[in-house]
Amino acid sequence: MTVTLFQNARLIDPEADTDAPGHLLVRDGKIDEALPENIEFESMFRARNIAPETVTVIDCNNRYLAPGIVDIGVKVCEPGERHKESYRSAGLAAAAGGVTTIVTRPDTTPAIDTPETLEFVRRRANEAAPVNVLPMAALTKGREGREMTEIGFLMDAGAVAFTDCDHVVSDTRVFSRALTYARSLGALVIAHPQEPGLSRGAAATSGKFASLRGLPAVSPMAERMGLDRDIALIEMTGARYHADQITTARALPALKRAKANGLDITAGIGIHHLTLNEFDVADYRTFFKLKPPLRPESDRQAVIEALQTGLIDIISSMHTPQDEESKRLPFEEAASGAVALETLLPAALRLYHSGQISLNALFRALALNPAKRLGLDSGRLAAGAPADLVLFDANAPFVLDRATLNSKSRNTPFDGARMQGRVLATYVAGQAVYRRE
Amino acid sequence: MTFAHRHLLGIEHLAPHDITAILDLAESYVEMNRQPAKHSDVLAGLTQINMFFENSTRTQASFELAGLRLGADVMNMAMQASSVKKGETLIDTALTLNAMRPDLLVVRHPHSGAVDLLAQKVKCAVLNAGDGRHEHPTQALLDALTIRRAKGRLHRLSIAICGDIAHSRVARSNILLLGKMENRIRLIGPPTLIPAGIDEFGVEVFEDMQQGLADVDVVMMLRLQKERMDGGFIPSEREYYHRFGLDAEKLALAKPDAIIMHPGPMNRGVEIDGTLADDINRSVIQDQVEMGVAVRMAAMELLARNLRSGPEGAA
Repeated sequence: MTVTLFQNARLIDPEADTDAPGHLLVRDGKIDEALPENIEFESMFRARNIAPETVTVIDCNNRYLAPGIVDIGVKVCEPGERHKESYRSAGLAAAAGGVTTIVTRPDTTPAIDTPETLEFVRRRANEAAPVNVLPMAALTKGREGREMTEIGFLMDAGAVAFTDCDHVVSDTRVFSRALTYARSLGALVIAHPQEPGLSRGAAATSGKFASLRGLPAVSPMAERMGLDRDIALIEMTGARYHADQITTARALPALKRAKANGLDITAGIGIHHLTLNEFDVADYRTFFKLKPPLRPESDRQAVIEALQTGLIDIISSMHTPQDEESKRLPFEEAASGAVALETLLPAALRLYHSGQISLNALFRALALNPAKRLGLDSGRLAAGAPADLVLFDANAPFVLDRATLNSKSRNTPFDGARMQGRVLATYVAGQAVYRRE
Repeated sequence: MTFAHRHLLGIEHLAPHDITAILDLAESYVEMNRQPAKHSDVLAGLTQINMFFENSTRTQASFELAGLRLGADVMNMAMQASSVKKGETLIDTALTLNAMRPDLLVVRHPHSGAVDLLAQKVKCAVLNAGDGRHEHPTQALLDALTIRRAKGRLHRLSIAICGDIAHSRVARSNILLLGKMENRIRLIGPPTLIPAGIDEFGVEVFEDMQQGLADVDVVMMLRLQKERMDGGFIPSEREYYHRFGLDAEKLALAKPDAIIMHPGPMNRGVEIDGTLADDINRSVIQDQVEMGVAVRMAAMELLARNLRSGPEGAA
């Protein structure tokens, strides 16, 4: 039996909705109990038949100890483009970012759409990554939107959700059948709400900024149209559905209605849409080119509010590695996406430091809600939950230097940005997988 | 006279006094260009490379002539036919160029922002000859010079820009320039060709050409590109001409002395009536071409002055 005591921590438990000083006792990789600040250790150990000398004590120095982040939608570029990101490099980046579970995307080359590819990926992941890796599989073969994948076999092989990532299944009949079939197996479907006809070729959100820069742009309404269609299909099929990124004010009323009507729907958002707006693109900075594109500030404020109220459930990194060659191009031609595993927590803490969200609410969206949506036991500090933890200093200031990132690709929009909040250590099943020197 | 810019990438970065400086200098070149001996040596010894990633005859010829008249060594590179097809990236092209040590680089590219990107990587002065739908600064400057000479001023004029605003870099640069000089700008076109959020640029938008042209001093027509029709932006050429083509009847609504401008090349019978375009009393389209050479000479001279006075030029 191994016992670890995290002493003198500030414990964040989103499930119990507590943020208080205390200690955390971990036994055999699982949380035993969150203990109050003034507990008598000797009697506590005696009551549990624990010999005090066998206990590993970690002094947390009154820093925050929270459930490790569960990040839905991480792109690891295996198979196909290992030079951009491998399971090893993504795993190290996750550990350094306080992410204890990465839920990987199937938009690789080739797409992860067969049980065989999925098993290959799982084997690679378990060998190479120090954190938990849970793979998602494609919903349709080759993410082409024509035929559904072997959802049953893929679930047996360990797929935790099904998604075509940023490809919208535009054929409504194909999508409705896939949703119906997924529902019969209880599979979670993750979709990218977008009207593909309107957003084709777009590199920015339509409005003054896109017009000034002369960039092809998409109306924010395209997101709402995509969501409206998907909601109708969920109502029709009863499927379990998660919208990967809801980034516009216009989409929120529909989401709210769908939830009020009792549909099995949740919504996510990428960290960059919570912390950046379209003006950050400035003079065509391609590291800020994302999919969907960055939005006006009014949308950013609206989605922050939706996060506060719980209308938006989950924050993800939407970690998307791209090499320099695919980014150092004219804006329209440049690839979309940004790496974010290591900047997810410090960027999210911007919302805490600006007084817009509590740490509890933040970890509800970063850890508890994604874990619950995937049926995982983690994301909380309750007895019996896996001891996947992040220890962090919420206030430590630093300037991000992208050269220090563990990711093989360093396409972060936060290079040179002032940030506040650093991960000090990350634990998976009670074992340290990262310690800040 | 100072011109504190290393490149001419767009009107966005220019102050009104920069614009006036270019136009004032250009006036002297208009005079010079009308002399039998039209040659100066202000760019002697400097190398100018014209790099066009997109087809152009007029703009390229204008820049070439401007460089030659100022004594520069001018070279044209047709980039469509060369290494671009072989997969060379813009950054590689920039590095190759640096090794050739040009002093002035004139670039046109089909993508917005591509000229900015190139300018970050090369060591010479860059002039934007049009990037995507973004900017075409020398066109706006030559239009400004044409207006100033025809109207005697470049402020407090009512100017209508008509046609495909959404895809036009000429329109963007003109909106910025004419706005900076405090003119009243009206945009006229079908709503499918008016970009989103444009009303926030301090312009008035009209979907009815008759209303839009009422009492304007300047009518600036834009070229309607063929591919816009395939994209379903307008139903047909003839309906477009009926509603948004400039003819005598519509022009009658503008001020009696209103001038007609067009950046060329024109689609006669699509956006403009052929006889109007040729009306020497109203049309200044030929003047625009003439002013183009002078404005480009001025812009290149101002950038070259900074090249010479910089640390490298002094050495």
